[in-house]
Amino acid sequence: MKQLWCGALALLMTPAILATEMPLNMTEGVTDISSRVYHLHMTILYICCAIGLVVFGIMFYSMIYHRKSKGAVAANFHESTKVEILWTIIPFVILIGMAIPATTTLIAMEDTNDAALTIKVTGSQWKWHYSYFDQGVEFYSLLSTPRDQIEGDAPKGEYYLLEVDRPLVVPIGRKVRFLVTSDDVIHSWWVPAFAIKKDANPGFINETWTHIDKPGIYRGQCAELCGKDHGFMPIVVEALPEAEFEAWLASQQQQASLDVLEAEASLAVTLEIEELMLQGEQVYLTYCAACHQPNGMGLPGAFPAMKDSPIVTGDISAHLEMVINGKPGTAMQAFNKQLTPQEIAAVVTYERNAWGNDTGDIIQAIDVNQHGQ
Amino acid sequence: MNTLTQENQVSMDGSLQDDHNHDDGHHAPPSGIMRWLLTTNHKDIGTLYLWFSFIMFLTGGLMAMVIRAELFQPGLQLVDPNFFNQMTTVHGLVMVFGAVMPAFTGLANWMIPMMIGAPDMALPRMNNWSFWILPFAFIILLSSLFMEGGGPNFGWTFYAPLSTEYSPDSTALFVFSIHIMGISSIMGAINVIVTVINMRAPGMTWMKLPLFAWTWLITAFLLIAVMPVLAGAVTMVLTDKYFGTSFFEAAGGGDPVMFQHIFWFFGHPEVYIMILPSFGIMSAIIPTFSRKKLFGYSSMVYATASIAILSFLVWAHHMFTTGMPVFAELFFMYCTMLISVPTGVKIFNWVATMWKGSLTFETPMLFAISFLVLFTIGGFSGLMLAITPADFQYHDTYFVVAHFHYVLVTGAIFTIMAAVYYWIPKWTGHMYNERLGKLHFWCSVISVNILFFPMHFLGLAGMPRRIPDYAIQFADVNQIVSIGGFAFGLSQLIFLVVVIKCIRGGEKAPAKPWEGAEGLEWEIPSPAPYHSFTTPPVIK
Repeated sequence: MKQLWCGALALLMTPAILATEMPLNMTEGVTDISSRVYHLHMTILYICCAIGLVVFGIMFYSMIYHRKSKGAVAANFHESTKVEILWTIIPFVILIGMAIPATTTLIAMEDTNDAALTIKVTGSQWKWHYSYFDQGVEFYSLLSTPRDQIEGDAPKGEYYLLEVDRPLVVPIGRKVRFLVTSDDVIHSWWVPAFAIKKDANPGFINETWTHIDKPGIYRGQCAELCGKDHGFMPIVVEALPEAEFEAWLASQQQQASLDVLEAEASLAVTLEIEELMLQGEQVYLTYCAACHQPNGMGLPGAFPAMKDSPIVTGDISAHLEMVINGKPGTAMQAFNKQLTPQEIAAVVTYERNAWGNDTGDIIQAIDVNQHGQ
Repeated sequence: MNTLTQENQVSMDGSLQDDHNHDDGHHAPPSGIMRWLLTTNHKDIGTLYLWFSFIMFLTGGLMAMVIRAELFQPGLQLVDPNFFNQMTTVHGLVMVFGAVMPAFTGLANWMIPMMIGAPDMALPRMNNWSFWILPFAFIILLSSLFMEGGGPNFGWTFYAPLSTEYSPDSTALFVFSIHIMGISSIMGAINVIVTVINMRAPGMTWMKLPLFAWTWLITAFLLIAVMPVLAGAVTMVLTDKYFGTSFFEAAGGGDPVMFQHIFWFFGHPEVYIMILPSFGIMSAIIPTFSRKKLFGYSSMVYATASIAILSFLVWAHHMFTTGMPVFAELFFMYCTMLISVPTGVKIFNWVATMWKGSLTFETPMLFAISFLVLFTIGGFSGLMLAITPADFQYHDTYFVVAHFHYVLVTGAIFTIMAAVYYWIPKWTGHMYNERLGKLHFWCSVISVNILFFPMHFLGLAGMPRRIPDYAIQFADVNQIVSIGGFAFGLSQLIFLVVVIKCIRGGEKAPAKPWEGAEGLEWEIPSPAPYHSFTTPPVIK
């Protein structure tokens, strides 16, 4: 049947499709659950194909042999309670046959007990944040595909739009529980290889879990429309063997403490404007340009322009307040969670001096740290 | 089946028309634009609805062309993501509320009085009003696209808080236009209910009512039940955004998932609103061109009613990933699967009607047969989507896009086209050009499958819906889909040509142009007189 399905498709489409690597069916995935879901999908598909074959077969037989041009004379039968009952009961029985495996699979999928590791997944416009419970490790995960690839100025890479700066790393062979939530609008965390798709609802926490069998890199995307860059917030999960995962976790914990030290050290450093501008541009392009645009012009009516903005060219502390704590009720996020004081200082300096703003203001990490104190 | 009795009976709308005069039972309508603005005649209003629907079909289609052009290849080429989201949103709204629903109301206006032996709809002035507020609703909606910040960009499902806190300034216009569309639909529905209940010809008992009138009657009850729910949802969006309420805002004690429950409590019956009248049309066309009685009339009526009742019990199957308790997921899965039983009964009945008939394949029948096959495919993917564990993989992917376009385009829209071809001789008094009609059919049916069938594979391979750009593995299939889309869009221009040619002239149509047709509408001459039945026929 599968061959028939693919064969029909090959006939239907141009040969171009055969040259690509796109699978034409749901993939089996790398967990027990995803494989059960795949087989459920195939079972229902086969049943539907079989019913279709019978129904369409009868219909086409009728169209070929009972046509007026072949001299067919209409019979005069109608209304048969027996037949009506029969074709009500048979589908009902088939449905029960479908419902049983679906129910057992669903109950297994929703059992989040006895997880070895819990990771909080938080969506926000347009990035994911991962926090390992009780491990002191957390980080943001952003799209890493360069802008010029998206705009067609550079050839697109193999994992175009499916690559991030820091993938989520999980162990194989252990039950990993995910707590999914959101900071702003509804997102949906979807990794097809695990058969997980869970909505990230602001103010509420959803639970899901996986138990991966094979090490590897698995890719997914946000599945719920979440605004302008909904198509640009991929998910990359790296599944490592137990020991490698532990080593990775330890290195992250070490790095986290180093980061704290570095952030403290940066408070004592005074940077030149050139350095701040250079770093600031990088930060701006990664975190700010999606809304405010690389040229600082924003999108009128949706996202305000940075160029000649009263906030960016006005009082420094109002500008810092906006970047550090965001503006509630809008898409402007609080960036103190995402950026170090050093990075905030650089990006604020950049915004105040780029695109002809030329305020000449220089902000240092210490200014950011002192803001609001 | 019936005779036109010559009893001296006052026409039903006589007391409602100011310029009423007995001039062979016909009114001379005012001429020019005022005829259309002031008309209370069911045929004029039906015509207005149908033309409006066709204009909206082309408008929404144009937006689909923008979407398919952007998705022709990976990368951002033509539009920015924000505008792309506006296109997907307004395409959906225009097609649902502007194209499909008014087309059915137009068909109801034209056909129900003729089918039940009435002179007009029961409430002609409300009929005028329910049509004429519609263009204004869409002017408001479409003009919001030109505002600073753009039009609605949160999907036609407008999930909060994307549609509240994070939505563009034009959201108030969106809310207002939805309100107007809802009022129009409710008025149309009231009119159908009152007409079918009160104005059936003597002897037309419930179980003699043509199925198109039956399915529309049930649809009208669905409309009255759920349109106020939609009005409530948009009003809460309005107050959340502008007046500081927190219906859908967790920080204020609300719940964004509650929005989805309310929306889909409207939304799921809404999809049956868009398909039940199709079932009625099918039940007229298939027996006609099979020259054989519909196999099971009464089971069709009961199946329609069962679908309507079940449609209120399945809304959360759109929300399996929102994190419902297992019990709720199971309940909605079972109820959803159950809907395939009465739907199957309908399909089997149509096939049984064709069995041992004497079939011919004029354009209405071609569209009807393609409906039968393609809507069933949409039904199969619907059954697959009902299976909750599998739905986690299908949800919000192109698989869903494929599914609902199969049921709405090759389902609802194909039957609307079938209906136009079937009844246009009655409307214009001319036969349409059969060769052009067939050309339209074959272009449509081939291109629509190139357009929507590969979308199943895109979804299964992991392409989410509502994205303006995609991973390169999806490039080739998207290109095929886009080509299908352009071809389908262009094919509809043939339809326009056929309709205009048929209005202007063509072979004279007899009162009953189809050999196997049954029903009161074929008892009156073609074109139908301005008032269908001034004296009610008696049904034996």
